[in-house]
Amino acid sequence: MDDLTKVILDYVKREYIEEGDDREVGLDTPLISGGIVDSFSMVSLKRFVEKKYAIQIPDADATPAAFDSVRKIAELVERFQAVKA
Amino acid sequence: MVTPTIAPGSWEAAERELGYRRGGPINIGWYCSDRLCELGLGGTTALRWEDHQGAEKVYTYDQLRTRTNAFAQWLRSLGIKPGERVCLFMDRVPELYLGFLAILKMGGIAQPLFSAFGEESLWTRLDNAGTAAIVTQKKHVLKVRKIRDKLPELKHVIVVDAAPGTLKGDEVALAMDALPALETFDVYPSTAETPSVLHYTSGTTGQPKGAQHVHYSLISQYLTSRVVLDLKPGDVYWCNADPGWVTGTSYGIIGPWACGVTQVVLDSGFQADKWYAFLQKHRVSVWYSAPTAIRLLMREGAELVKKFDLSSLRHLCSVGEPLNAEAVIWSQEVFGRPFHDTFWQTESGCIVITNLPGMAVRPGSMGKPFPGIEATVLDPRTYQPYDGPGRVGLIALRPGWPSMMRSYWKNPTAYQNKFKNGWYLCGDRASIDPDGYFWFVGRDDDVINTGGHLVGPFEIESALLEHPAVAESAAVAKPDPINMEVVKAFVTLKPGFEPSSDLELEIMNAIRKKLSPLAMPQEIEFIAALPKTRSGKIVRRILRAREFGEPEGDVSTVMEE
Repeated sequence: MDDLTKVILDYVKREYIEEGDDREVGLDTPLISGGIVDSFSMVSLKRFVEKKYAIQIPDADATPAAFDSVRKIAELVERFQAVKA
Repeated sequence: MVTPTIAPGSWEAAERELGYRRGGPINIGWYCSDRLCELGLGGTTALRWEDHQGAEKVYTYDQLRTRTNAFAQWLRSLGIKPGERVCLFMDRVPELYLGFLAILKMGGIAQPLFSAFGEESLWTRLDNAGTAAIVTQKKHVLKVRKIRDKLPELKHVIVVDAAPGTLKGDEVALAMDALPALETFDVYPSTAETPSVLHYTSGTTGQPKGAQHVHYSLISQYLTSRVVLDLKPGDVYWCNADPGWVTGTSYGIIGPWACGVTQVVLDSGFQADKWYAFLQKHRVSVWYSAPTAIRLLMREGAELVKKFDLSSLRHLCSVGEPLNAEAVIWSQEVFGRPFHDTFWQTESGCIVITNLPGMAVRPGSMGKPFPGIEATVLDPRTYQPYDGPGRVGLIALRPGWPSMMRSYWKNPTAYQNKFKNGWYLCGDRASIDPDGYFWFVGRDDDVINTGGHLVGPFEIESALLEHPAVAESAAVAKPDPINMEVVKAFVTLKPGFEPSSDLELEIMNAIRKKLSPLAMPQEIEFIAALPKTRSGKIVRRILRAREFGEPEGDVSTVMEE
């Protein structure tokens, strides 16, 4: 696991999983369709990655499908980091 | 309390169809299960449930009957008494749907709560209701544990999916499907005015209020399901709403099951392709959705729709917030039929203004009053109906339809304040065109309608003030292309704290966890001072007007320093 996915995974576990909840969350765990992050909470997750990686993700790209797993979010971040570069 | 009266015509017809006789027993739990079996529908599928991983469970009406009997008997054996509030705090799992009927069958008052509520929102509602029991899942019981000490009236915590050895204290495990089916159960002999459901809703001031409904609401919910949603024998029906909110009970449990149709439930978050696949797989014929969901689908494009066979769809309806004209036109283009907007609220218990099947839909209009509902628009100065069409005023309903709330729980003053000149005030503004169509304009108060859910500013501001950095706060609506409105908070900071994006995110997450994702401000603006009256009251309307680009109105008594 690279640093990017680890940071996002740790953040998801810390912020969206209740302390004591024994659900396993991995890189491909469905976040939106799995009910861990809803469309409203997605805003704070988007805000986190934008702030952490100094990028701007347009609303048109911040779809539930694009945020449905840690791996997909990491891919999205990498795409916009490349745009910025 | 306003004594309900029966409008001529439609409600009596519904009573006859349901075989209800005035003064006789009426129990929603029985009508949604046993009655259908008596009508010969015992073998018909009542519920087809699926989760995000594709796991399925299916219940026929006969299984619905015997399993809710067993569930009700089990609740009774715990010592839960008629009239006690039993909270359902679960995701959209079968136990939620069957548990709702079981509570009503044993005479309890069902109190469904949105499972994404944080512990503070949960505590506020359980404390106010004096809830005796809560039925929940292992992932949500963690929130209950945090507040259990502050809930002296909560006697039973029931977990439907507990793994062995994971419960604490006096928590009880219940595996619903493992209960032996129970052929006969002594259904509680509720009558028309027996309390049935307690749904919490937010207002401008104070904490959320519990709109209390009665078993007689069935008459309205059945008739509007049959007439507005156009539910017919053999239909496969999908309601997107969560039963933590009133749409999810009135039209996600009571109405469709009273009509004897097959309901499909998807316990999954939103994803456009999964939704279309679900519609296709189950050959859904009637779909009750929401503008926010429709706009999300629109964003995914029309091409995606073409990959699926959605020819089974016969009728589409929408509820939650006004359905914009673009969404109506889009659905006509991609589904070959328009979404029909329906207007109602927690307090009304049933659809009150609507576009009926076959009625010419005017895109962007709410439609017309449902037959049996007297609706108008009042002059906000006199509380009298306007003489002619076209003027914006307060949407008002003549009290007396069967599913009207009977009170706000422990709050008679707030209930009385909803009535003026013999009209019930919905809290929304609209105009009526010359042909009788209603056109929504907006809320008449500071309540925020986000994604079809009402969020009260007071609850958010109270939670904001608990953050160590926040000195003062105001929560208002901000326009949003998908959710119609989202929460925006204006915050002044205590000495020693500086505005930053880190602090903004920290506060956002704090509100999300305490209250709910819906209540989380999607933007926080740090400002030096909030606009206030000379007496020190925060003037939210100015902040809201700025967000919407509207005139600020009279500011002669407002100070901002």
